[in-house]
Amino acid sequence: MKVYGYHLPAMSSLILWGILWEIVGRSGLTFFIPPFSEVIGTLFVIIGTPAFIKALSETAYAFFAGVFFAVSIGIPVGILMGKNRLIDELLLPWVNMFLSAPLTALVPVLMVLFGFGMKSIIITTTLFAIWIIILNARAGVRQIDRSMVEMARSFGAKPLDAFFKIYFWAALPEILGGVRIGVIRGVKGVIIGQLLISIVGFGALFELYSTNFLMKHFWAVLIVLFAMAFALSEVLAYLERRVAYYAAKR
Amino acid sequence: MRIFFSKGTTVVMSQTKGAFAKADPLSGENAVTAHKISKSYGDVEALKNLTLEFPRGQLTSLLGPSGCGKTTLLKIIAGLLDPTSGEVKVNGKTVTGPGPDRAFVFQDFALLPWASVIRNVAFGLELRGMAKSEREAIAAKYIRDVGLAGFEKSYPHELSGGMRQRVGLARALAVDAQVLLMDEPFSAVDEQTRRKFQEDLLSLVQNENKTFIFVTHSIEEAVYVSDQIAILLPRPSRVHEIIRPGGFREKGVDNIRRDPEYLDIVDEIWASLRSYVE
Repeated sequence: MKVYGYHLPAMSSLILWGILWEIVGRSGLTFFIPPFSEVIGTLFVIIGTPAFIKALSETAYAFFAGVFFAVSIGIPVGILMGKNRLIDELLLPWVNMFLSAPLTALVPVLMVLFGFGMKSIIITTTLFAIWIIILNARAGVRQIDRSMVEMARSFGAKPLDAFFKIYFWAALPEILGGVRIGVIRGVKGVIIGQLLISIVGFGALFELYSTNFLMKHFWAVLIVLFAMAFALSEVLAYLERRVAYYAAKR
Repeated sequence: MRIFFSKGTTVVMSQTKGAFAKADPLSGENAVTAHKISKSYGDVEALKNLTLEFPRGQLTSLLGPSGCGKTTLLKIIAGLLDPTSGEVKVNGKTVTGPGPDRAFVFQDFALLPWASVIRNVAFGLELRGMAKSEREAIAAKYIRDVGLAGFEKSYPHELSGGMRQRVGLARALAVDAQVLLMDEPFSAVDEQTRRKFQEDLLSLVQNENKTFIFVTHSIEEAVYVSDQIAILLPRPSRVHEIIRPGGFREKGVDNIRRDPEYLDIVDEIWASLRSYVE
């Protein structure tokens, strides 16, 4: 955007919102919103504390494990659904149902099945992330040109070759789009899991700060979490654009 | 100068049944034979009892109105489709699926968009498990042959339609198959490129000792490039006529299009196809 001939960097509107936050905070309207500057100050204080590091590592572990399972199961299942009519008919209703279902309501069931530990949190994360990854991989495979499939066959590609040298790459832009949305949903999953299942990681920090009315700390951790989720999504969006340069031409 | 074929044009009227040996008076050897091929999709009969022979080292066109099953026949020969009944033999061996004795050139090129020209051309060899340096040396030769030297590292989206089809052609040549199957290969390129392609194809047929099977809907194109033209008619699909153009090809590429015989054949084919075009 340009203002009076000056080119503003991306997201400079955030400065405006930061100022607004500061004003509301200083006006003392509600204890719930402390001034933005104090929140940022608190952020730098707590970011190095052992409690924060522990929360970060617990959350990161559950998140990456959950996303790993979602990606490594979701992509092959999606590709299989796209290639095989029978598997597609069997699984598609469930995938669509879980995609739109309020998964939070399922978390108590997971607790009964898998206990109150890390396992349930990881499964919750996977459940949040996996469905859109499956659907996108499926869509990616289904749009592959018929002639590309025939080309693979006529030049004698074995099924594994066709899978790894053609189908995966031809569907890659869609697959990456699914992974990006899946990862964002995974962030939701891991926090909800930590809040509902066992109070660990960032979930524990949120719980601790909000029940003790430590609003500055609460907001600081929230900002860190938002920033990390946003950065993750941007990295994947960048990868997606790198891959998409040929997608428009295929 | 008329070395090949008879002086005039040999036109053999034929029904699908019988009397087919006469259609090919020249060589005793056929690289590909399609024998009593039928193909139906549910109630729809795409091909019915079709018999056709493809002489070795020559180019045979499959020509006909849309819906006459010419592409279906080509894909059955390629092994990409199974006939409902009948069989295709390539060098005496019955076709049960795709094989290294046949290579396919696609109408929409079917190149890998994420791979460079050289990897695309070498892709058939890569699937056969040939070592990288070996297959790229072969690919480089065919890239030069089709006139794309210097574009080895380019990607398909950086090339024009005509150049992409040259890549597709080089890929088919690189696997060194006996039989080249071409599915309307020039229909997606512009008119001038197409003319150049047709000239190049003529010299390719002369220089490479391969059998070409060429699907087209252009009468002029078929007469220009073919040693033998099989005219297919729809409902039910059958071989209506086999035409073997005479010696006008020997007068040089520049003279073909104004040769009286060329023009006669074009007119004659149009006369028999006219009533089938909606």
